[in-house]
Amino acid sequence: MTDTLLEIEHLKVHFDTEEKKVTAVDDVSFSVKKGQIVGVVGESGCGKSVTAESILRLLDEKHTKYEGEIRLEGQNLLAKSAKEMREIRGNDIAMIFQDPMSSLNPVYTVGDQIMEALLLHQNVSKEQARAKAIDMLKLTGIPAPEKRVDEFPHQLSGGMRQRVMIAMALSCQPALLIADEPTTALDVTTQSQILDLIKDLKEQFNMGTIMITHDLGVVAEVCEKVVVMYLGQVIEESDVLSIFDQPLHPYTQGLLKSIPTIEGNREEKLYVIEGKVPTLNQIPAGCRFAPRCEFQTEECRTSIPKLESYGERKVRCWHFEEIQGKREATMYG
Amino acid sequence: MLNFILKRILSLIPVLFVVSVVVFLLVHITPGDPASVMLGPEASPQEVAKLQEELGLNRPILEQYVTWVGDIFKGDLGTSLFMKQPVLTAFLEHLGPTFSLAIMAQLFAIVLAIPLGVLSAKFRGSLLDQTFMGVSLVGISVPSFLLGLFLILLFGVELRWLPVAGYKPVAAGLDVHIRYLILPAIALGSMQAALIARMTRSSMLDVLSANFIKTARAKGVKEFIITIKHSLRNAFIPILTIIGQTFGTLVAGAAVVETVFNIPGIGQLIINSVERRDFEVIQGVVLLIAVSYVTINLVIDLLYGIVDPRLRVGKR
Repeated sequence: MTDTLLEIEHLKVHFDTEEKKVTAVDDVSFSVKKGQIVGVVGESGCGKSVTAESILRLLDEKHTKYEGEIRLEGQNLLAKSAKEMREIRGNDIAMIFQDPMSSLNPVYTVGDQIMEALLLHQNVSKEQARAKAIDMLKLTGIPAPEKRVDEFPHQLSGGMRQRVMIAMALSCQPALLIADEPTTALDVTTQSQILDLIKDLKEQFNMGTIMITHDLGVVAEVCEKVVVMYLGQVIEESDVLSIFDQPLHPYTQGLLKSIPTIEGNREEKLYVIEGKVPTLNQIPAGCRFAPRCEFQTEECRTSIPKLESYGERKVRCWHFEEIQGKREATMYG
Repeated sequence: MLNFILKRILSLIPVLFVVSVVVFLLVHITPGDPASVMLGPEASPQEVAKLQEELGLNRPILEQYVTWVGDIFKGDLGTSLFMKQPVLTAFLEHLGPTFSLAIMAQLFAIVLAIPLGVLSAKFRGSLLDQTFMGVSLVGISVPSFLLGLFLILLFGVELRWLPVAGYKPVAAGLDVHIRYLILPAIALGSMQAALIARMTRSSMLDVLSANFIKTARAKGVKEFIITIKHSLRNAFIPILTIIGQTFGTLVAGAAVVETVFNIPGIGQLIINSVERRDFEVIQGVVLLIAVSYVTINLVIDLLYGIVDPRLRVGKR
């Protein structure tokens, strides 16, 4: 497996604030290959963004403790110094964020902001950096890039700004792109344009991509592999086809059932996963999903399930095989 | 741009109108007959009547106002009764010391306060932050005359590093000029400094948690550059505003500090004129201060556009 780009192994992230100590990410492992788009799915607060920001070590490290390893091409990022991390950020790993409206600095031109990463990481002159910035804007499909390069963020629409963010992130041709809900703040048409763009550019640069989202539609459209997270843990990992075909974990099943479909009976109420996500202070003793799970047993409530392999896939559930059996029985029986 | 400035200048007219009316009415609000107040209790009725005639106080009030404003447009702010010179000349004579003092005080405040505010925000909650903010609270609370007296006592009398009081014009040498102004500038500027430092801190705190700061960090930008280039410039609008607004307090404070340090500036001119009931001078000088206040704020408004492109005028 030489084409593995990023491996996260048993990552734990603890936040230590004055009031409380919480473990936001608890034993997360998954890997990303070159040229692969991996979706990380989960509700708000499940630890997906914390996982992403841990990779770049963007969290406030005064109050953060890491355990485990995050390896980029074999090198453990968690062991790097602050200076080494700065050289990796924006160069080997780049990130785009949820809200393009507030993710660009309002007082500098988009050109300046794209050039900044280039001037930092690559040995180029200002003129070369500017030319490259214009190229990148063109690549991301911004019309009249020679003109746009001198404009300020407030002069651009939301979709355009996200294109600028992508241009900025990709300017140094990173090996890994982390996209943290890149389309959440955009309208539907712009959303699919941005997703297409990310897909295209991934092909062009053979870049590994982590797509963080709560939207299974986004996953279906662009991802090859999916990691489902719940309350700081990976509960299921699978290729994208199987997860829609045959979700193993009851939580994933619930997520899929709660998507409205056009064929569905509109009179019928949409499926809802019962209960609320517990806070990180009141994590259940056994399986973290147990209190909300319709299949829960005594075992689920008391002992913690491991992430087990099931063919090429992985799942963290005591009863996934039985549940699978029942599900098939109700579907075909 | 030119359009914007013209519009702003036009919008100053109502402001200055109100100021001129208030200043004008000063004479008439004061209890008793202005002429007898000006001449004091020993004046004879003939003298009072003569002065009333001279000042036009026996004419209808509207007519007096129109004449006064008309004269101002001709560059005539009246004549001081006691100094026997035109108000404008007196104003310009006293402007130099106040101007130097205000600039020094403002410079002292800005140079001290902005770095402190930035550091406090950057190390929020630390001992450093708490110390700076504690000191700034003292800075806001201690009246400038008291601080001035302390400074005189410590640096002038005890240590003998700096002159106790007085003023030397630039003509006496720039170093001498500055030496005489150091203590008054600190006394006058410390409250400004405290206000600016607090504003810088809170404005920086807002900006440091903004998303684009995370973007910059994700690009691999150094923390120092993030603080200065990405944060401070964004935090600068409220800082500029407070600098502009407190200019008014600076002029008011100058009156006190000039008295403590015996500097022949505008403040002293006003205070002396108030003591002598020299209404012509008070009216003229207050009006000129109001004009310079609004002018400074116009300049600040123009600076906004330089700092923040979103506020730039004439462009989309």
